[in-house]
Amino acid sequence: MTTLRRFTRYAVLVLLALVFLTPLVWMAITSVKTYGDAQKIPPSFLPNPFSTYGYEQILDNASNPVLRWFVNSMLAATLHALLVLVTASMAAYALARLHFRGRAASFALIVGTLFIPPTSLIIPNFVIADRLGWLDTLAVVIVPGAASAFGVFFLRQFFLSIPAELEEAAVLDGANHWQIFVKVLLPLSKPALATLAVLSFLTNWNDFLWPIYVLFSPERLTLPAGLGLLQGAYVSDYPVIMAGAVLASVPVLILFVAAQRHIIQGVSRSGLKG
Amino acid sequence: MADVIEVGAARKDAPPPAGGKSRRGVTVRGSRATPYLFLAPYLLLFLAFGLLPILFGVWLSVHQWDLQLPNRPFVGLDNYRDLFDSESAIYGDWWSSVRATAIFTVFSVPLLVVIPLGLALLLNKSFPGRTFFRAIYFAPYVLGVAVIGLLWRFLLDANLGLVNRLLGAVGLPSDTPWVTDVPWAWVSLVGVTVWWTSGFNAVIYLAGLQDISPELYEAARMDGANAWERFRNVTLPGLRPVMLFVLTTTILASANVFGQSFLITQGAPGQQTRTVVWRIVDEGLRDNDAGRAAAMSIVFALALTVISIVNFRFFRYRED
Repeated sequence: MTTLRRFTRYAVLVLLALVFLTPLVWMAITSVKTYGDAQKIPPSFLPNPFSTYGYEQILDNASNPVLRWFVNSMLAATLHALLVLVTASMAAYALARLHFRGRAASFALIVGTLFIPPTSLIIPNFVIADRLGWLDTLAVVIVPGAASAFGVFFLRQFFLSIPAELEEAAVLDGANHWQIFVKVLLPLSKPALATLAVLSFLTNWNDFLWPIYVLFSPERLTLPAGLGLLQGAYVSDYPVIMAGAVLASVPVLILFVAAQRHIIQGVSRSGLKG
Repeated sequence: MADVIEVGAARKDAPPPAGGKSRRGVTVRGSRATPYLFLAPYLLLFLAFGLLPILFGVWLSVHQWDLQLPNRPFVGLDNYRDLFDSESAIYGDWWSSVRATAIFTVFSVPLLVVIPLGLALLLNKSFPGRTFFRAIYFAPYVLGVAVIGLLWRFLLDANLGLVNRLLGAVGLPSDTPWVTDVPWAWVSLVGVTVWWTSGFNAVIYLAGLQDISPELYEAARMDGANAWERFRNVTLPGLRPVMLFVLTTTILASANVFGQSFLITQGAPGQQTRTVVWRIVDEGLRDNDAGRAAAMSIVFALALTVISIVNFRFFRYRED
C-alpha cells in the first residue's frame, strides 16, 4: 500500500515536472535547429542537423544588436541591485534602530506605497524621466524602480529580528552609528542582503513594460525590450527568436540554481508579511 | 499589515536612541542629523519616483496634457467624464480593455489560488527529491514575461507550435487557433499565466503550511479525523492569512496583466485581448495623451484598492 502510494506520488511529481519543463526544453532544442528544420510538420524532436544558425543570426546583427542588449541588461540589473541594497539598507537602519521625529510617519508613508499598483505610476514617471532628460538612457531603467518600498520594508523587518545586544560591544568601543551599521549590522544581515540583491536583479533583468516605452534607440535597449523587436523582425523564424529567448534565460536560470535558497526564502517571507 | 506595526511598537524602546544613550547608558556618537542622513538617499528616490508621481498623476489627470504640445490647459474632470461618457472617442476602447482585464482576472485568479495550493500540499511532506521538484515548479517564474511571451507565441502557433502537434498526436483536433481567436486566446493567456506563476504562489503556501503546528494534525488524528477532515479542519483554517495574501496579490497581479497579451495574442482577435494597462500606456505614451492616461490610471488604481478592501473585509468577516 505504501509502495503504491509512493509510486503514485512520484508519478504525479514527474508528470508535473514535465509540464513545467517541456516548454523550456523545447525552447533550447529549437534554438539549435535550422530554419527549415523548425518549419517541419510534424516537428523533429532532436535538431536535424544540429545548427548554430539561430545564434549566428542574433550575435552578428547590425539592426538587432543582441549582444549589446545583453550587456545593457547586465549593467542595468547589477547597478539597480546595488542601488537598492545601499539605499534600502541605510533607510532600514534608520527606521529600525534610530529614533527621530517623523519615524512612524515616514515608515507608514513608505509602506503605504506598497499598495499602489506600480503600473499606475508609469505615466507620471515617464513625464518626470523626460524632464530629467533620462529617456533613452540607462539611468531610466536603473533608478526609478529603486524607489520601491519592498527593500526597505524587507530589511527593516530583518534588522528588527537581530538582537540589539549584538551591537553593544561596538557601542562600548565608542563606535558611531555608521560604524555599527557597516561593521556589525550589515555582516549579520548577509542572507537578507543576498536575497534582496538577487530579487532586485531578477526584477530588473526581466522588466518589460517600462523599458519598451522609455528606451528607443536600438543600441540602448535592454534584452527583454529587444526581444520584442526580434519577434517583429523574425516573425516565424523560430530558431532565431528562441536563441534570443535562451540568451535572456540563461543568466537568470544560473542565478536561480546558484541562489535558489535565497530566492525561495525571499518569496516565502514576502508571503508571511501579509 | 497589523503584525508589522506591532513588531515595531513592541521594540520601540529596544534600539539605542540616536545621539543618545543605549539601554546600559553608553553613548553612541551621532548628531541629531544622523537618522536623516541614513534616510536621505532612499528618501530622495522615494520622493522623486514614488510619492511625486502619485501627486503628479492627479495633476496630469485634470489637464489636457499632450506630450507633444506646449499648451496644457486645465480641463477639470473632463478626462474622467470621458471614461464614462458613451459619446466620447475613447469610451469604446477603454471599456473593451476593462472587459478584457476582467475576463482574464476572473478566470486566472481561482486557478492561481487552487492549483498552487495543490502543488504545495504535494510538496509539503518530506521525501527524497522534494527540493528538486520544488525548484522545477518554480523555475518558469524566474524567466521574464518577454521570454515566456516569445516562447508561448511559438508553442501556441497554430501550424508550427508544439501544443497543436501534441494534441494531434493523441487524436485531438490539431488546428486550434490558440492565439488568434476567442475563446482560445483567453484559454492561452490564462493557461500560460498559470504555468508561469503557479510555482511562486506554491512557495508562499508552503511557508504557510510549515507554520501550522504538527500537534494540531496529531490531535486531529487522535480524534479519528481522516485526511480530508484534517485538510478541512486544520490545514484550511491555518492557511487563512496566507490564502488572503495569495488571493489579494494574485488579483492585483492578474489585473495588471500586460506582457502576455502584448506578446502572445498581440491583442487579437481585433482588440479583444488588449488589457487596461496596455490601454493606459498606449493612450499616454503612444497617443501622447498623458492627461487622459493619468485619469485612467487613477480610476484603475482606485478600483483595485476597493477590490482589495472588499477582499479583506470579506475574509475578516468570515473569520468572526
